[in-house]
Amino acid sequence: MSEQPAAGTVSLDKTASETRRRLSFRFEIDPARKESPWWMTIVSIVLALLACAIFIAANGKNPWLVYEKMFRGAFMSEFGITETLVKAIPLLLCGLGVAIAYRISVWNIGAEGQFVAGAIGATAVTVYLPEMPMSLTIPIMIVFAVVAGGIWGALTALPKVYFQVNELITSLMLNYVALLLLDYLVFDPWKDPKGFNFPGTPMFTDAQMLPVLGDTRLHLGLVFALVIVLIYWFTVKYTRWGYELRLIGANQDAARNAGINIKKHILIVMVISGAVAGIAGMSEVTGVTHRLMYGISPGYGYTAIIVAWIAKLNPFGLVISSVLFGGLIVGGYSVQTMGLPSSISSMIQGAILFFLIAGNMISKFRLRRNG
Amino acid sequence: MRETFSLEMKQIVKQFGSVIANDHVDFNCKPGEVHALLGENGAGKSTIMCMLSGVYRPTSGEIYIHGEKVKIRSPKDATKLGVGMVFQNFRLVQTLTAAENIVLGEKSSFWRGPRWMKNKTEEIDSIAKRFGLAFPVDRPIWQLSVGEQQRVEIVKTLYRGAEFIILDEPTSVLTPGEADQLFLTLEQMKSEGKTVILTTHKMKEVMAAADRISVMRKGRMIHTIDKSDTNEKDLARLMVGSDIAPVEIQGRTRPRGELLLNVENLDVYAEHGRKALNNLNLKVYKGEIVGVAGVAGNGQSELAEVLNGLCTWKKGKITFNGVEIKTASVRGAIEAGISHVPENRMKSGLAGSLGVVDNLLFKSYRSEHRSKYGFLKIKSNREWSQKLVEQFDVKTPGIDAPVRQLSGGNQQKLLFAREIDRKPELMVAVHPTQGLDVGATAGVHQLLNGLRDEGKSVLLISEDLEEVMQLSDRILIIYNGSIVGEMRQEEANRERIGLYMAGIREKEEEAV
Repeated sequence: MSEQPAAGTVSLDKTASETRRRLSFRFEIDPARKESPWWMTIVSIVLALLACAIFIAANGKNPWLVYEKMFRGAFMSEFGITETLVKAIPLLLCGLGVAIAYRISVWNIGAEGQFVAGAIGATAVTVYLPEMPMSLTIPIMIVFAVVAGGIWGALTALPKVYFQVNELITSLMLNYVALLLLDYLVFDPWKDPKGFNFPGTPMFTDAQMLPVLGDTRLHLGLVFALVIVLIYWFTVKYTRWGYELRLIGANQDAARNAGINIKKHILIVMVISGAVAGIAGMSEVTGVTHRLMYGISPGYGYTAIIVAWIAKLNPFGLVISSVLFGGLIVGGYSVQTMGLPSSISSMIQGAILFFLIAGNMISKFRLRRNG
Repeated sequence: MRETFSLEMKQIVKQFGSVIANDHVDFNCKPGEVHALLGENGAGKSTIMCMLSGVYRPTSGEIYIHGEKVKIRSPKDATKLGVGMVFQNFRLVQTLTAAENIVLGEKSSFWRGPRWMKNKTEEIDSIAKRFGLAFPVDRPIWQLSVGEQQRVEIVKTLYRGAEFIILDEPTSVLTPGEADQLFLTLEQMKSEGKTVILTTHKMKEVMAAADRISVMRKGRMIHTIDKSDTNEKDLARLMVGSDIAPVEIQGRTRPRGELLLNVENLDVYAEHGRKALNNLNLKVYKGEIVGVAGVAGNGQSELAEVLNGLCTWKKGKITFNGVEIKTASVRGAIEAGISHVPENRMKSGLAGSLGVVDNLLFKSYRSEHRSKYGFLKIKSNREWSQKLVEQFDVKTPGIDAPVRQLSGGNQQKLLFAREIDRKPELMVAVHPTQGLDVGATAGVHQLLNGLRDEGKSVLLISEDLEEVMQLSDRILIIYNGSIVGEMRQEEANRERIGLYMAGIREKEEEAV
């Protein structure tokens, strides 16, 4: 029905049409426009903050002071900045993972499960190969995390390619499979016998931990993430394979006409997508928690979806958006002293996504004079 | 005003930008008749019907219903005036039941619970049965066959009290059996005093179902005639036109070479097991342009897809340059030297959001000139793109500009630049000038002639008869998935082609 004018009114005879008032403008879908303009992202974020301000004010707090405190907490001290970066690392890695998939219109929402799979894979090294020097342990952990995350990605891609199963459903459901596998491992076989029943593995040895910067918690995972940013950017821009991905992303029919095997690409991309999220899981257990434990991820894999969208899948944009969202999490902690729950950052995240999607929808329309 | 007409459209003009889709068209209907509106694709049939049903508004002209002048501004207006249209692509909500879909558009009534819905369902069921259009009323649409969905659409118009029922190409989605049944239904509607307007390009249907026939060509109303006063041949002549427009023949400058492409007894099945190509035979020699004329939907798309490796075949043999092609492979076709100008350039030929360079690389990015060890040769690719843009005179803001921003003619030039630069042996061009203005069309024709003069071959698949006659050294006519006629350029005329296109002339012996 979309092509029918929305504001056409009935005019059976002359008198009726003259007495009835007509809207002078109507909305139409603009066929030429596929993407929203870049400033829509900023408008969405501002509108989200304004909307959240209403709820903060309803709690009896001054929204401006709250936002200021959040900003200070996240970015205005050395502790704040490093903590923000620590949160940004898994967001950036998971965001890169999903962004690669979104580039060819494969809607992987399973970064959370792939993250957990990677964390489990890395921890398996500490369980089965405990006595090894760091120079061996860390690379092997990366390999295990990549394989585990990649398998999780493939579990979504294979049914999609061979049986046309919607990847949204499989990738989401596999998140729960991974989380329950994690629970099983930390509550039973891998549980620390000296851990007073805490659902977690024993603490990693020094050789199993990623080096950190000075006495902060900022770990080597940041380097992993930035290296992958560069590889992602370079691959998409300068390689033959990256060109094929761009083509599939821009127009699948045309890509088929150019002789590109789309199924094969979906498979490869999903494995890579899962593997990158797996590295995020690995860097989190070896760099931050230093053990595999219950509730290892506070939803990084889901937040990463918003992070990737805000960045419009651009690798450098992802660096900025992941730092922004890392800051939002840390800022959420810092307003707890004002008597506000830290879940305020979840509220803002949700609002940003909401306005972003709405903005994308709206920018597909144009206003036209009726006639 | 004569009383005999229940519906009159007078001097209707519809303009889309600079294109005139309807040029002072007169159309009228008598109460209780089946009126067929006959014409080729793009003749303006659907456009004028869309104005009657309120989807478009006429640029100028008047519409009278029962002698009274009316303005139809929206589909809602049309419904109130008793005009209902069944579109080619149905407007149904897949997850709702058939009955729910029918009551959905009713603005005056709202949901009043299961009892009310049950009554409505029974009412709808009885209407459907009365007209012989039975379908399972309480099943969701997605469970119904295409034929049943069409019935839902027809009953929807009847339920809303339509007196004028417009069916736009109703049989294009139906099996022959379903189509026969539809025609029985039309009789029933007629007997209840309804007026049915049927747009079609199929002669057989017209002769089977219509009482009166209006023929349109190129946006103009050519003639309205009673069925009893005409025959298929006359109609075909009216449809394609017998006026000897001066077709400027652009003949080849040197004789054709050896056999390049030989397609023998090819069978291709499309989705739902429909046979799209039926024992098709086709030969293309080096250094000639072979035109394939025909009404859309007779297998042209499938023929182009098979030759470009996009679609596989059930039976038959394809030999290209002396080598038999065994499996469908796009890369195989590209490497063999077959170029493709697809029918919808923005849908499958170009990627609108990517820049000029990326769009030019489509088919050659694997070659060693464009990439090495898996890395693109960025700098030389840009220089190469710049050269092509200049050589083919593509007007673009820059070689990184998204091709979506280019005009249609420049997009097509870009596409030709890409396909010709590969030095193809055979170019399969489908509707290459569709939507282009006169200048751009001439440019495309020049490129095709240039290919032939270099000893390359072109398979030109087009609905534009004039174009086919002007360019082709040999003209083949496709009908129902087979080549039914063949003639040399000199012996071709509209009338002969028209008869083949309408499926009237049977296949004659080959005239190579």
